[in-house]
Amino acid sequence: MILASTLTTNLAILVLAGFIGFVVISKVPNTLHTPLMSGTNAIHGIVLLGGLLVVGLSGNGAFSKVILVIAIAFGTINIVGGFLVTDRMLEMFKSRPKPAAKDDAGEHRDDEGGAP
Amino acid sequence: MILASTFLQDQSFLDVLYIVAFALFIQGLRGLSGPTTAVRGNRIAAVGMVIAIVATLLNKSEGNWGLIVLGVALGVAVGVPAARQVKMTAMPQMVALFNGVGGGAVFLISWSEFRLTHGYSGVATYVTVFSLFAAIVGSVSFWGSNIAFGKLQEIIPGRPISLGSAQQIVNLVLLILAIAAGVDIAAGDHSQGVFIGLLVCAALLGNAVVLPIGGADMPVVISLLNAFTGLSAASTGIALNNTALIVAGMIVGASGTILTNLMAVAMNRSIPAIVAGGFGGAGAVAGAEGAGEHAGTVKSVGAADAAIQLAYASRVVIVPGYGMAVAQAQHAVRELTKELEQRGVEVSYAIHPVAGRMPGHMNVLLAEADVPYDQLKEMDEANPEFQRTDVSLVIGANDVTNPAAKNTPSSPIYGMPILEVNESRSVIVIKRSMNPGFAGIENELYYEPETSMLFGDAKSAVSEITAELAEL
Repeated sequence: MILASTLTTNLAILVLAGFIGFVVISKVPNTLHTPLMSGTNAIHGIVLLGGLLVVGLSGNGAFSKVILVIAIAFGTINIVGGFLVTDRMLEMFKSRPKPAAKDDAGEHRDDEGGAP
Repeated sequence: MILASTFLQDQSFLDVLYIVAFALFIQGLRGLSGPTTAVRGNRIAAVGMVIAIVATLLNKSEGNWGLIVLGVALGVAVGVPAARQVKMTAMPQMVALFNGVGGGAVFLISWSEFRLTHGYSGVATYVTVFSLFAAIVGSVSFWGSNIAFGKLQEIIPGRPISLGSAQQIVNLVLLILAIAAGVDIAAGDHSQGVFIGLLVCAALLGNAVVLPIGGADMPVVISLLNAFTGLSAASTGIALNNTALIVAGMIVGASGTILTNLMAVAMNRSIPAIVAGGFGGAGAVAGAEGAGEHAGTVKSVGAADAAIQLAYASRVVIVPGYGMAVAQAQHAVRELTKELEQRGVEVSYAIHPVAGRMPGHMNVLLAEADVPYDQLKEMDEANPEFQRTDVSLVIGANDVTNPAAKNTPSSPIYGMPILEVNESRSVIVIKRSMNPGFAGIENELYYEPETSMLFGDAKSAVSEITAELAEL
């Protein structure tokens, strides 16, 4: 009974998270799809938590410990690599709009000194 | 001190921090919806991740610290340099690799759960089922991603490698065997051999599914596998009763599905057809037929003539493709653009949704070369303007400019949205040779009377044009 209610609660969370995923992400413009893919890729590195939880339980044998260390390393690569690469990609987007963004009155001058 | 430690180990404290973490994930993904907020969005998601990890470590402080530190240190030692040093052109395979290790972590965790509980004895059936699902999908994702990486990195040939018509039967048999092993374990078989058999079947399946897929479809496959890894992480979350894993994994599963669909639509391919494989093979046959039809001549042009054409144009559209990216020509292209703009030529870039093998990949590459954001035109915006364009400069793009997608119903790419460069007054194509592109088919554009071909490496060809322009 208790187990069943844990399951149904978790399934409800699962379904709602799926809908949130659809709604939040369908708004992303085409140009940002590669960074988005990389960013979501980093987020599923959260599976690292699974490794941290299981390694903390008592009763793991030597071989299991090796497996778990590899799993933790994999999860860490997924997270660290994913966020860093996404950040690198996005930094490029950030630096660009500066000259053009403020330029809503038209392109009278393209000197960089043109204060708004 | 004791109070603090019991507080940290309280389940509700952990749950609250998990809620904070996944709220940050969602907020971060919302930030990714615009170029100006995207950097912050990514960092917000990263902060969420740090909170989730720290909360887990504090809460389960009886954990084996030595092993955790070892694993994390290994991961940082591999992940950080890889992420720092990867070239922007190699981004798709890097994403594949990072996705693969995520899948690897998932199936290894399932395996350790199996071992710890002596074959899932004494756990609820649903825990077993979700853990086994995670094991199968994680393993498929790990091996499939590695093959995708190998193909894009050209360690493995990009062309489809398949068993022909037997392929789908083999895939089906592997899937059935993996599921059968899972059912056997769930029904109470505690032998580790069966579990390893399950992992092996899933591993073979991952290889067998991705190997027959041609290079052109690879981004769609990576995106699909990204969604798979997300789902398997969510499944692990249900097995471990961990909310953060469920929410984060499922959001990735949903986003990956959307992205996969968007990419498939942009390429006019259906996801089942891609997974069934063999596009490159079919395309090569059609290409061979197409080559026979073209008795037309190809007009070749030198850098000096190309420079003159460009210099006296009033409007130039640059169509960059993966060839430009591979040659690292984006900076040279930016120099050419500057030179043309000084002469009063209006220059813009037309970006096909799948240019550079992944949606948005080309924008990233051009951003790296400081091309202003407002010069980049999406396909829908660019197409109506080709008619009033004097010169379209196609640099290393092929299939996305092929008029056969509009005119030739028998072509395998018929129906794919293209950049209509053939509408412009003249076209200059910079290309290394007449070899067909990723889809393995002939490009009719090259035989059109208004098209001239400039053969050579994209970077040196563009630099030569720029040098010629400076002398005009």
